[in-house]
Amino acid sequence: MLRIECPWCGIRNEDEFSYGGDASVQRPTDDASQDDWYDYVYTRNNPAGRHSEYWHHANGCRAWIKVERDTVSHEIFSVTPASPNLPSGNRED
Amino acid sequence: MSQQYRTSNGGQINRARSISFTFDGKSYTGFEGDTLASALLANGVHLMGRSFKYHRPRGIQTAGSEEPNAIVELRTGPRKEPNTRATTIELFDGLVAKSQNRWPSLAFDAMAINNLFSPLLSAGFYYKTFMWPASFWTNVYEHVIRRAAGLGTAPTEADPDFYEQCHEHCDVMIVGAGPAGLSAALAAASTDARVILLDEHPLLGGSLNSENFSIDGKPGNEWAAEAVAKLEAMDNVHLMTRTTLFGYYDHNVVAAIEKVSDHLPVPAKGHPRQRMWTFYPGRVILATGATERPLVFGNNDKPGVMLASAARTYANLYGVKPGRRAVIATNNNDAYRSALDLHRAGVNVVAVVDSRQHPGTQLVAELEKLSIRLIAGATVGAAEGRQHVKAAQIVTTQGDTLDPERIECDLIAASGGWNPNVHLHSQSGAKPVYDDSITSFIPGDSRQAEVSIGAAKGSFSLQNCLDQGTAAGAEAAKLAGFKAANIKAASAKDEGAYAIEALWISPTPYNKSFKQFVDQQNDVKSSDVALASQEGYDSAELLKRYTTQGMATDQGKTSNVNTLAILACQRGEPVPEVGITTFRPPYVAVAMGVFAGHTVGYDFMPVRRTAIHDWNEKQGAVFIEAGLWLRARYYPQRPGDTMNDCYIRETNATRSNVALVDVTSLGKIDIQGPDAAEFLNRLYINNWLKLPIGKARYGIMLREDGMVFDDGTTSRLAENHYYMTTTTANAGPVLAHMEQYHQSEWPELDVVFCSVTEQWTGIAVAGPNSRKLLEKVIDIDLSNEAFPFMAAGECRMNNIPGRLFRISFSGELAYEINVPADYGEQAWLELLEAGKEMGVSVYGTEALGTMRIEKGHVAGSELDGRTTAKDLGLEGLANRGKHFIGKHNSERPALLDEGRLQVVGLKSLVVDRNLRIGSQLVDPKVKLATVNQSQGHITATTYSPQLECGIALGLLRDGASRHGEQLDAVFPLDDETLKVEVCHPVFIDPEGELVRA
Amino acid sequence: MHYSGFHLLKQALTGNRGWTRAWRNPEPKKQYDVIIIGGGGHGLATAYYLARLHGITNVAVLEKGYIGGGNTGRNTTIVRSNYMLNPNSQFYEHSMKLWEGLSQDLNYNVMFSQRGVLNLIHSDAQRDGFARRGNTMRLNGVDAVMHNLEGVKKLMPHLDFSKNTRFPVQGGLAQPRGGTARHDAVAWGYARGADRLGVDIIQKCEVTGIKRDGDRIVGVETSRGFIGAGQVGVAVAGNSSRVFDMVGMKLPIESHVLQAFVTEGIKPLVDTVCTFGAGHFYISQSDKGGLVFGGDIDGWNTYAQRGNLPTFNHVVAGGVTMMPCLARLRVLRQWGGVMDMSMDGTPIIGKTSIDNLYMNGGWCYGGFKATPASGWVFAHTIAHDKPHALNAEFTLERFREGNMIDEKGVGASPKAH
Repeated sequence: MLRIECPWCGIRNEDEFSYGGDASVQRPTDDASQDDWYDYVYTRNNPAGRHSEYWHHANGCRAWIKVERDTVSHEIFSVTPASPNLPSGNRED
Repeated sequence: MSQQYRTSNGGQINRARSISFTFDGKSYTGFEGDTLASALLANGVHLMGRSFKYHRPRGIQTAGSEEPNAIVELRTGPRKEPNTRATTIELFDGLVAKSQNRWPSLAFDAMAINNLFSPLLSAGFYYKTFMWPASFWTNVYEHVIRRAAGLGTAPTEADPDFYEQCHEHCDVMIVGAGPAGLSAALAAASTDARVILLDEHPLLGGSLNSENFSIDGKPGNEWAAEAVAKLEAMDNVHLMTRTTLFGYYDHNVVAAIEKVSDHLPVPAKGHPRQRMWTFYPGRVILATGATERPLVFGNNDKPGVMLASAARTYANLYGVKPGRRAVIATNNNDAYRSALDLHRAGVNVVAVVDSRQHPGTQLVAELEKLSIRLIAGATVGAAEGRQHVKAAQIVTTQGDTLDPERIECDLIAASGGWNPNVHLHSQSGAKPVYDDSITSFIPGDSRQAEVSIGAAKGSFSLQNCLDQGTAAGAEAAKLAGFKAANIKAASAKDEGAYAIEALWISPTPYNKSFKQFVDQQNDVKSSDVALASQEGYDSAELLKRYTTQGMATDQGKTSNVNTLAILACQRGEPVPEVGITTFRPPYVAVAMGVFAGHTVGYDFMPVRRTAIHDWNEKQGAVFIEAGLWLRARYYPQRPGDTMNDCYIRETNATRSNVALVDVTSLGKIDIQGPDAAEFLNRLYINNWLKLPIGKARYGIMLREDGMVFDDGTTSRLAENHYYMTTTTANAGPVLAHMEQYHQSEWPELDVVFCSVTEQWTGIAVAGPNSRKLLEKVIDIDLSNEAFPFMAAGECRMNNIPGRLFRISFSGELAYEINVPADYGEQAWLELLEAGKEMGVSVYGTEALGTMRIEKGHVAGSELDGRTTAKDLGLEGLANRGKHFIGKHNSERPALLDEGRLQVVGLKSLVVDRNLRIGSQLVDPKVKLATVNQSQGHITATTYSPQLECGIALGLLRDGASRHGEQLDAVFPLDDETLKVEVCHPVFIDPEGELVRA
Repeated sequence: MHYSGFHLLKQALTGNRGWTRAWRNPEPKKQYDVIIIGGGGHGLATAYYLARLHGITNVAVLEKGYIGGGNTGRNTTIVRSNYMLNPNSQFYEHSMKLWEGLSQDLNYNVMFSQRGVLNLIHSDAQRDGFARRGNTMRLNGVDAVMHNLEGVKKLMPHLDFSKNTRFPVQGGLAQPRGGTARHDAVAWGYARGADRLGVDIIQKCEVTGIKRDGDRIVGVETSRGFIGAGQVGVAVAGNSSRVFDMVGMKLPIESHVLQAFVTEGIKPLVDTVCTFGAGHFYISQSDKGGLVFGGDIDGWNTYAQRGNLPTFNHVVAGGVTMMPCLARLRVLRQWGGVMDMSMDGTPIIGKTSIDNLYMNGGWCYGGFKATPASGWVFAHTIAHDKPHALNAEFTLERFREGNMIDEKGVGASPKAH
């Protein structure tokens, strides 16, 4: 059972979240090449080890978050909001 | 004579309370505190089942959950539990148990003939035969094999009991309440840490209850009882009995099963049968003890052959003599306890046979004191007897003579040593390592917040268990952030060293070949291990899979290490070289009901009902599932009304007059903010920047791969306020999609939004008289000039605040009004009341579907995730001059191909025959070959009251340019073919005059 | 050594001492014509068909652990060809035909049991979808039968047919020729078959690098040293991304875990393969009596061959809802296999951007039933340096071109396939 620390809600079980895939991919600009768009949608590094990935706190606060996780040990190293430009979590316990 | 094997005193049973039960139809009595196994043994019953393959008679091997042989069908009817270990069944009044896998009876089993053919039935024999003729495998051989295999029979009715799922957090969790676990709990609980101590037995204390230990000058079981009483009195401790930790998962989450009611005839009212616990402990202390392994000698599976520790457990804990004349066989010091305890219980211990040349002098002296014969440097070569042991054949382990000495006995209590229970440690991701000093595997480096102590760590001395428990309990509390307590371990009487010398296989008497069982439940013999190795299945995993060792219901708890060691002997390598198989959850087999919990049957998924549901129900509407929603499908008016009667009537009433339909289930998303329009512009393929206030627009969204994701109308209610609708199916996914893009890609957009699907009731009012009806209740000007097609705005309906949209799915003059859900039913009733004089009616999703097909509106069956906007004839909506999600990937070459499936209309050319969804469209001139000649398929069908024929929408290769062609709509599942004509998908009012009327 | 009833009897009478190794345990040679990376069912089948059908016998199969230890030995053993889209339908039907003669072809009983596969229907929309699928199957020469409720009751008498269930059963689409096979035996049978034709099966030989000389592969670095190769085929589903990373190729694949479960053995209760249509659950009964079942993937990238509780609970809830008498039967083991989840749910078999390097992967959780055809077309592709018609559309390039084969219609979302 993954235990993911939502920046807004604290540690929650994985079944509160849904997975959003590789967060290291960069969405190309509108004038990028067809190849860039193909890569963005289809190809993945899919590493055995450290992986940056999106999760959606779907059964919680609805935040999209970025999780750094090991795909072999499943250890989680960090959780941050999906974009650094979003207001950061300000949880009151 | 009843309970003739019961000792005259002793044991932790309640002799004052006698319990009656039946086994194979025969009545017996036992005492409260007995297991089924101990009660049967007390009555002299050893034969309890037949083995899997050879149907050999089998009895009781163990006294715990590792039991391979004594498995029975417990209870009857819908509560029947096949394959239940007699050694773990707590006796209750009226218990009914039956032996399994035998015919016609346990004592005489016809299938025992397999025993004679055993050389034919060697490991993997079935891979080498039963291949001819090919068709015989499924029809003949497999049929016979399936019937012969399997163990007990399953219940076939629904389980009348229920199951619960609970969650609990703690700082320190201790698994196993033996001497190590209790010591750990006492130490950890002396801090403020929240402690959970659990144990699978009804009685806490572990080996302290089954051995004659002495701690702090008290009998071990008294010390345990005092420790338990102390823990019970503490607020920060949760003690759990009958609870087995079965799984160690990621992030230090562990799961357990609590057998709440299995010791009762039926669960008390309102109580579950069992509970699943998910625990979130800070630290875990595994004090799970060790499991004794059998010695591998000839006929070591006979009833009357038992683990040495099990034999003394029956004497000490249950007051049962497991036999009258016992031979103890061992390769270590521990089993000497069995000799002493059995002797004390009144069993005649005729010999201790020790495979070591030089047993410890202290033990020799103790046996001498009791006049028990010791035979050193020898072991049991084979057991004699048919359905029960009659004698042990003793062979020397180092000498060269294999002529055995024959010792008559009815019990062989054997110990091949002890295996630490490293299962949970292994499940946690760690790798156990081989320790030569105890000839078994011990825990390796921890990978999660767990530590093993005591026998589970391979420390078999009682004092070590107490010391390690105390230290580990204090350390765990400290690591969890609590102040370490200074608590002293209890002190135990020294019981000497363990001193094992490995003996993996006994020499066989007379050089004869005996069946030496390794995995008793799956009938895997040492010769099977040898054969597998000889044939190249010689790694731990291949061997397990080829021989089936360890795959039975006992999961190989007593056979794994013996098998690996015998394989290592075969390969001439040390044990660690052949490896260890991975332990997988669950540690003990767990009922499926436990995992399912409450979310079964009608509660498998929630039901979503609209505000108008009750009214619909009162009308006798027939409902249809739309995702989790229940929607009114059609409204029968008189007995015998078919669905066709209803939807045709409802369609006609709508097209000729006015009717209402409940459209609440559509997704609704409220969007606000200065950048709302820009946000929509990126989400949808069409333009949103210039949509005026008070207008609605139909929009198409793509996925990033360029396929159509969803469609719906979005209205601009105010300068920075939009109101989006989605399809019913995609309401959730669209919201998540919007949130993802807003939060991860475009956080700079100043926009907020949330789902309001539940907050608003949607009612469509459709038909030529819809304006007339609404004018009676709506407070705004509805004239074509003031409120034209695609207008949107706030309004009041009588006294109810609402939002009105002039949009049409039916193709008629139509409006959709949304009101707060609390007013949903009231609004519906007021509309019906207002329309009463003009004969307003209602329609369901079936008529809704008919009208959308007639109008050629695409819906879910066309938006199947494989269609582009172009395929759906909607490319015209796209503004490719701007950026939108999916734009680039929708321009890949194959997606622009003319030969793609495109939406078409289809008309049945057969009078009175409706088309069928899922029909394939084929060219009548092309012969159907083995390669599919289909050019498309039908996605939605109806009878069209307007056209008076069967019509459909379909996806057809290059369909847009094929209007007028005739095709066959084939339905090979029913051998049906209908002629159809391809046409434009909009069947009625192609210019859209009606909707603008 | 040939396997037969006669030999079994002869061996039985002589103490089973004459059985020889099912496959040799050779030292790797310095150079092979073809190296197959991955000793699972697919790799072994490829080697077998290379030798048997294309006369290429100087072949090595390199396996990092023991053969059949990956998904071949971890699946729920279901064999079916009930696909909707043509390339899948035709490919899997070819596989089905190979299954039908496999035990005899290999002289190894893989226990292919054509007990049928039944997909339950719980709603009209589902019936419509299955009608489309069933009709396509029939047009492709695949057997398919649409059952009403009575038909389902005959096949699966112990389902919940009451009204007191969330999504009552309405009917089912069956493929009578579908069924199960003994998964381990498939790997062993192909291994023995290939070995008898001269293929070297080399276990405990992990590929650690792929050596290039310009545009071509010249061989592989392994834990047992460098081995030269004329052509290299990769059949390591679950780990495809890791192996192709050695040549710097990124794939349209994510690795996910799919769990499987087995109950204690019981006498025959489930006589066909049955899938629940209102949740993720499928079940069959092994010949030994255990009920083998599974459901959905856990849904996030992982290379760990273990699953977690939420999916487990959800899968079992589906099972008990479908068949309430399961509640008292006990789960004996829970395990996981790592899946190559491709971006359209369909495998990738064919050439790569490197001339003599070939790919066979992206099986999602459909790999086991494909084993014979997968090896068959992959051998053809390697032998002719060109795909067979049956795998012509399973290219790596299809995503770039827009020719996805998306059976579920969920797009580039591996966790949803």
